[in-house]
Amino acid sequence: MKSLLKFITCGSVDDGKSTLIGHMLYDAKLIFADQEKALELDSKIGSREGKIDYSLLLDGLMAEREQGITIDVAYRYFTTEKRSFIVADTPGHEEYTRNMAVGASFADVAVILIDATQGMLIQTRRHIRICSLMGIRHFVFAINKMDLVHYDKGIYNKIAKEVKRFVNEFEIASIQMIPVSATEGDNITGSSSAMPWYHGTTLLTYLENIEITGLNTEDGFVMAIQRVSRPNHRFRGFQGQISAGEVCVGDEITVLPSHEHAKVAEIYVTDQKEESAQAGQPVTIQLDREIDISRGCVICKSGSIKAANLLTAKMLWMDDESLVPGRNYWIKLGTRLLPASVMDIKYRIDVNSGDQLPAEQLYKNELAVCDIMLSEKCVVDAFENSKDLGSFIFVNRVTNMTSACGTVEHTLRRSDNLVWQETDITKQIRAEQKNQATKTIWFTGLSGSGKSTLANALEKRLVAMGKHTMLLDGDNIRMGLNRNLGFTEVDRVENIRRIAEVAKLMNDAGLIVLTAFISPYRKDRENARDIIGEDFFEVYVSTPLAECERRDVKGLYKKARKGEIPNFTGISSPYEAPLAPDLVIDTQKMDLEEAVTLMIEKLDMVDS
Amino acid sequence: MRELTHLEQLEAEAIYIMREVAAECEKPVMLYSIGKDSSVMLHLALKAFYPEKPPFPFLHIDTTWKFQEMIAFRDHTAKRLGIEMLVYTNKEGVRDGINPFDHGSAYTDIMKTQALKQALDQYGFTAAFGGGRRDEEKSRAKERIFSFRNAQHAWDPKNQRPEMWKLYNTKIRKGESIRIFPLSNWTEKDIWQYIRQEMIEIVPLYYAKERPVVYRDGNIIMVDDDRMQLGHDEKVEWKKVRFRTLGCYPLTGGVESEADTLDAIIEETLQAITSERTSRVIDHEAAGSMERRKREGYF
Repeated sequence: MKSLLKFITCGSVDDGKSTLIGHMLYDAKLIFADQEKALELDSKIGSREGKIDYSLLLDGLMAEREQGITIDVAYRYFTTEKRSFIVADTPGHEEYTRNMAVGASFADVAVILIDATQGMLIQTRRHIRICSLMGIRHFVFAINKMDLVHYDKGIYNKIAKEVKRFVNEFEIASIQMIPVSATEGDNITGSSSAMPWYHGTTLLTYLENIEITGLNTEDGFVMAIQRVSRPNHRFRGFQGQISAGEVCVGDEITVLPSHEHAKVAEIYVTDQKEESAQAGQPVTIQLDREIDISRGCVICKSGSIKAANLLTAKMLWMDDESLVPGRNYWIKLGTRLLPASVMDIKYRIDVNSGDQLPAEQLYKNELAVCDIMLSEKCVVDAFENSKDLGSFIFVNRVTNMTSACGTVEHTLRRSDNLVWQETDITKQIRAEQKNQATKTIWFTGLSGSGKSTLANALEKRLVAMGKHTMLLDGDNIRMGLNRNLGFTEVDRVENIRRIAEVAKLMNDAGLIVLTAFISPYRKDRENARDIIGEDFFEVYVSTPLAECERRDVKGLYKKARKGEIPNFTGISSPYEAPLAPDLVIDTQKMDLEEAVTLMIEKLDMVDS
Repeated sequence: MRELTHLEQLEAEAIYIMREVAAECEKPVMLYSIGKDSSVMLHLALKAFYPEKPPFPFLHIDTTWKFQEMIAFRDHTAKRLGIEMLVYTNKEGVRDGINPFDHGSAYTDIMKTQALKQALDQYGFTAAFGGGRRDEEKSRAKERIFSFRNAQHAWDPKNQRPEMWKLYNTKIRKGESIRIFPLSNWTEKDIWQYIRQEMIEIVPLYYAKERPVVYRDGNIIMVDDDRMQLGHDEKVEWKKVRFRTLGCYPLTGGVESEADTLDAIIEETLQAITSERTSRVIDHEAAGSMERRKREGYF
């Protein structure tokens, strides 16, 4: 059976990538007849005046055809006598660098196009750098548009020399230069008569014959656990795809990070029971004894792989929101998903010159080397040794966007003199670490209206959702912080002021605060709103006085009516209802569960 | 150690994807369309979790206009394998008499796209496997394997999440979902070769046989039941035909063929001069029609 080669085409915009692939498919008769017809039809209304526009074969999205550019990676599949191919045709615009990186992560070989009339551009250099970052070790440079420079050997040689000088700094297993014309078809599938001075291979011949070597030098058995299968109490299988090496029934394996040992009892390669399995195969492995293994653990034979929570990595930032050191993200590494932060951006890499530049933040499409701290130890290897255990993505904890990708250079130990970048840990960072937005939910209403009951129920729901909260009420404030305050007007004002200041501090700590106080005066609540700022969310519990008095849970109304409690709100002291509360809840009109659900909705805390 | 074959690599990739979904997604489901790609998906799901049964149910969106042989095959397959097969039909569409003859593209929208959305919402599925392949159509060629959908099930082709190596991001908010295409990197030829290698059962409609058909707008349409509306000048003929893709019978064009064995089908496929989707009538409607429907929530 034929082997499979995955390759990527890249280069700056208008270097002719889509045209090159389109022409290759067309020449090799690899497109279907109706696609060919559509192509000729499309070309008639396009810009090439009836000549075939080969790029139309690849630019599939409507927006792309309208704008004449490639936004996203397009995958094409073709087979020749010798090999099966998957080609990722990637966008040239800087704006879509991340989509280009997607294609590169998938490929074994990069075909880099260079416009002979322009030479190497910044975008060419960026793409070479990203291909290298994503693990490509075989490069072919197609010096394109040779027809526009009269097939001049001198121009070709000059560009070839420039390329060789540039790629010197990268880990490369093989490199090939080919002068081509994508529109005219020179050296694409057949040798060019226009360039008799070139004696090398054509692009297609090169792709049919290139031998892939490079990453994944780890030769002992390694597999990250994807899933534990327990169909019944007798069967416990560990499922995953083998990253490297071989495993046989009877082999002694080590489980990381626990370092427990066991022997392999049974191996299923998909649904077949086998004596052994090798790299690339999906397996289910049973062990000879019960040990604690879950998703994210790694089983291996050699002892060279370690668990670590500190590492140095190269990263490509892909999010519109910039990377701020100290901010918390999800990291997915192997089959582990856990919280992580960049402690320090050691330096940013200039895509053009390769210079190391200082950086406080990292913006979209920038490359950098960073120190990363994981929330706990995780099995990790250098990318050069293991593609599977040395690559990772960052996911934004609020938007869920895939914010960055990266490759591990090496792990760090505590003793390696770690420094946190000069970072001010802000309220936002503290809140994001807790995966929430801060709020102070200020309940106001008559005694017995249901403030505490509502606040309690809401807090329980929030905690169940994984939120971090604090409830302030008479019990924990009056007994401590405000023990010295009585019930005079001055003291009541001071009471509310202190509560508001405490709520603000707790918001700054990243917490969601709930307060349950009568807080009868509009002026005091306005004051609290001023102190707390935009986090302030006023809930007016509007249960009518008659109902509160009927409930009279603590017997206070009875005493107040008898004149035993002076200044009792609603009886001998006024209650000023809010004029524009954020939410009104009448406990007579809805039950507790409904009220809590309504509050969660209004607070915009529905998700995750 | 040896290099894995092309098919082994594709199989391993699909199985890895299915296990990731089972491990990370809250409530997955596998869409089952009864076609050959669904047969391959089902087969892969059985292999991925063996000896465990696939840890998710299967869902068929029944437009009520599928070939009778497809429905028989679906029920037989579910029973034989002991898997959970959910069947969903847009009842309002049936009530309103929506059919492929009178309602054109509205039919596809109501009975397929809307029905799919209703079913996913009703069961609360957060992740749905589909059998789509990138070689089928130009907009599919650009879709990620894990394709994110917002709460309205819409796809945003301009803002797809980057997808690196084998690191799939399955994080979503409430109401959002992910469509997953484990066969993204397979070609039609790979599908057929895999069916032969694994001896996977497929609906007999793929094999050439004498069937009652009419010729309509350059397509060969099978008269599968008496609901078929015929024009004055249309005549039912018996022809040896087979189908390269399966869907609703009035919308699925067959091809005249003698290929009544798997090898003959593969032979014919390899020499195909018409790419697969030509036989689906709906794709012809407008340039970019597939992309438009996907943005609206179609698979």
